Amino acid sequence: MSNGHQCDVLVIGGGPAGIAAATCAAESGASTLLVDDNPRLGGQIWRSTAANDIPGQARRWLNKFKASGCRALCDVHIVDCIGDKVLRGESGRGIQTFMYSKLVLATGARERLLPFPGWTLPNVFAAGGLQALVKGGAPIQRKRVVVAGTGPLLLAVASYLKRRGAKILCVAEQAPWERVAHFGVGLWSRPTKLLQAAAMGAALGAVDFKAGCWPVAARGDGVLREVDFHGSGGRFTLACDYLACGFGLVPNLELPRLLGSEVVNGFVAVDEWQQTSIAGVYCAGEPTGIGGVDSALAEGHIAGLAAAGRRHQARSFFRSRATAREFEEVLSATFRLRPELRSLCGGDTLVCRCEDVRFDRLRQMTGWREAKLQTRCGMGSCQGRTCGTAAEFLFGWDAVHTRPPVFPARVETLAADTVASTN
Amino acid sequence: MWPSSESIEPGHSLVMPSSFDIAIVGAGIVGAACAAEFARLDLRVAVVERDIIGGGATAAGMGHIVVMDDSEPQFALTGYSRRLWQELRPQLPDEAEYETSGTIWVAADDYEMREVHRKHRYYAERGVSTEVLDCRALAEAEPSLRGGLAGGLYVPDDAVVYPPVVARFLIQSTPGVKLFLGSPVREILHHGVRLESGDSILADKVVNATGDAAPSLTPGLKVMPRKGHLVITDRYPGFIRHQLVELGYLKSAHSDSNESVAFNVQPRRTGQILIGSSRQYGVSDKGIDRTIVRSMLKRAAQYLPGIGSLSAIRCWTGFRASTPDKLPLIGPLPDQNLYLATGHEGLGITTSLATARLLVSHATGRETPIDIAPYLPARMMEHQHA
Amino acid sequence: MPESIRLIINRESVDVPEGTTLAAALLRLGKAAVHRSPSGELRGPVCGMGVCFECRVAVNGRGHMRSCQTICEPGMEVRTDE
Repeated sequence: MSNGHQCDVLVIGGGPAGIAAATCAAESGASTLLVDDNPRLGGQIWRSTAANDIPGQARRWLNKFKASGCRALCDVHIVDCIGDKVLRGESGRGIQTFMYSKLVLATGARERLLPFPGWTLPNVFAAGGLQALVKGGAPIQRKRVVVAGTGPLLLAVASYLKRRGAKILCVAEQAPWERVAHFGVGLWSRPTKLLQAAAMGAALGAVDFKAGCWPVAARGDGVLREVDFHGSGGRFTLACDYLACGFGLVPNLELPRLLGSEVVNGFVAVDEWQQTSIAGVYCAGEPTGIGGVDSALAEGHIAGLAAAGRRHQARSFFRSRATAREFEEVLSATFRLRPELRSLCGGDTLVCRCEDVRFDRLRQMTGWREAKLQTRCGMGSCQGRTCGTAAEFLFGWDAVHTRPPVFPARVETLAADTVASTN
Repeated sequence: MWPSSESIEPGHSLVMPSSFDIAIVGAGIVGAACAAEFARLDLRVAVVERDIIGGGATAAGMGHIVVMDDSEPQFALTGYSRRLWQELRPQLPDEAEYETSGTIWVAADDYEMREVHRKHRYYAERGVSTEVLDCRALAEAEPSLRGGLAGGLYVPDDAVVYPPVVARFLIQSTPGVKLFLGSPVREILHHGVRLESGDSILADKVVNATGDAAPSLTPGLKVMPRKGHLVITDRYPGFIRHQLVELGYLKSAHSDSNESVAFNVQPRRTGQILIGSSRQYGVSDKGIDRTIVRSMLKRAAQYLPGIGSLSAIRCWTGFRASTPDKLPLIGPLPDQNLYLATGHEGLGITTSLATARLLVSHATGRETPIDIAPYLPARMMEHQHA
Repeated sequence: MPESIRLIINRESVDVPEGTTLAAALLRLGKAAVHRSPSGELRGPVCGMGVCFECRVAVNGRGHMRSCQTICEPGMEVRTDE
């Protein structure tokens, strides 16, 4: 038996895009439900802390959300589509069934982790990953931290960790200086971004920011002790407590794909109303293009209003979306991954962490499917979210995941009937 | 003779001999076993595969190596083939994950327990070691099973293997096998095959080992796809120790009814639990049927109450190649250049090795290790051939 | 001031501020590694958002629970791979 929920507009994902969409739909009078898999709303960018501190912009939006009267259900993983306009979710509080008329997918993005020798050592984290853990109460005071990888996220993470007492040894950005400098100059034309950057810069103070720099090996005895980098001056080593390393963001496409939404060039294809190839199913935020908060909010507005039948109102956000979309292209051009990152692995470097599959085994495969069948790469708990993403960059494969469950689900959840007691 | 096996990717120009001795269509476990067997006799073998090695039913199924007693011919084939697996085992790479887990046929009540005793006698008469487990012995062997079951039949020499790795091993470790991947066949010719690309591969004899797709290349073949669903869990080492199958499974496998589920679960070496099984006729859609999955999982929970709280990480489907009399098609068609190695239903992994031995000995004029008559395609073709 | 709650990690009582995630609680304890990979390598949390599965532990007898997505609750019993 499951708990049943019925609504006009169901929004999956409680980050900026989902919160905006749900708020707008609810304000338009649609009975709206927002579902998120984290213990609290906010997604990644607006993640709250253990003490329930919320970033400024997020606080405003969450107040708007509360004021709209929209319901929210946290700690729920959507695991399958079990009928026409019926989704199944799983939570600590039992099996959930969601029946909707319109759906907004705001499933966000995750970080791209790339393998290099020693990357599986404890205390090697994703960049946003360490920030999330610290927000959840992990100790960071006086920890020596290197933030590495690519993208504006690195500075945001470094800034946040520094404010919490971390000793930021350096920020290592793989993009070359020319591109990063050009990006910085480009921010002049984007006042809000510039303000964000300035605020970050103030918090960060003097930090050793190295462009054209990336990790090549992590070492330690059961836990991280030091990291080798390749930089403009050659190779150097930093002894550190934590490495926070992420190579950009990739969209969470598993639920859109499960539903059959068309994906083009690695993103969910949507029309001007943020509607996917499936009528009544909308998509907003990172799954349509990695663009950050502004893009997510603009698209969330449009998707929520369109789903609630308010296209006329949605239209007024087209311009902010267009502006935000330009930024998406700048981001992707600036922080494109350099080819050297494909050559970091030694033969015995693990690529699939769930099944412990080494690089030298994968290198012999000719495609993702063959790799999965022959090596079990991507067949573990993460179902390719880590290794598949890496393999796409390392080998040019297409690591597509479309089968249910979207996330691991208890056997009893998959066995539960569609009939539910309705709330 | 070719010095070593090679694989040809589509789009690469190739230096071809004027002809191969054998062209095998399909690089699943059956095609792979046949290829290795022909090549061992120093014949020049081409394996022509539309996609990747072992990507069809070979990848989708359970990898259960099991002796069966539904009929004498089925017993003969599975028993012989199981011995061949035991002989092959030392050569298999570690990634083939061969484990002699054994099977326990679970009896829910006294009626099924009588079937346990019957099977025990049947196998004893034929030299296959089995052990009758009473209620207590069953509970000791498998603590996760629910109480109140009558007992079971333990078949210690049954095993579990990971077939895609075996298929690849059989093809790539046998010199003399030339592999054509990404090469769908449009038509089987009298002396070879014509590919969708327009190219031809010439061979003296052709083997159709394409599983449920066999009728598309050999029209009129009475091979029907029978869809199955499987669910795999995360790692729970020790949750079960043997392959567990309900005796009612036989009703499911035997029946001609449109759809049925039966309790059939397998421990993988990883500690993951593979949960099956389901059978459906007349469905060509590869999509997951949630109703069937629910039914199958509920059935599993009736035997293993704790299974409900295990984490399931993936669900998929596959198509078995089934025949009207539940026996595979092994041997020549009236057109002697074309051989069939298909129709293995749920026993393709088990009987792949025996299929290869039978086919190759018959095709090369040698005495077959067991009687091939029950499996010859001619038995179904009396009014058929074009 | 957030309340302190008590949970049991590997049979030892541990106090953490209310609202702390289980992954964070383990890091506070100095446990960088909580989970063993198939080949026995010790692993700790990485993504912090529930997609990498490296942070998993057993919670109240149930295995494969992602500690980064679990908020500590009073009396929670946690076992990690040693």
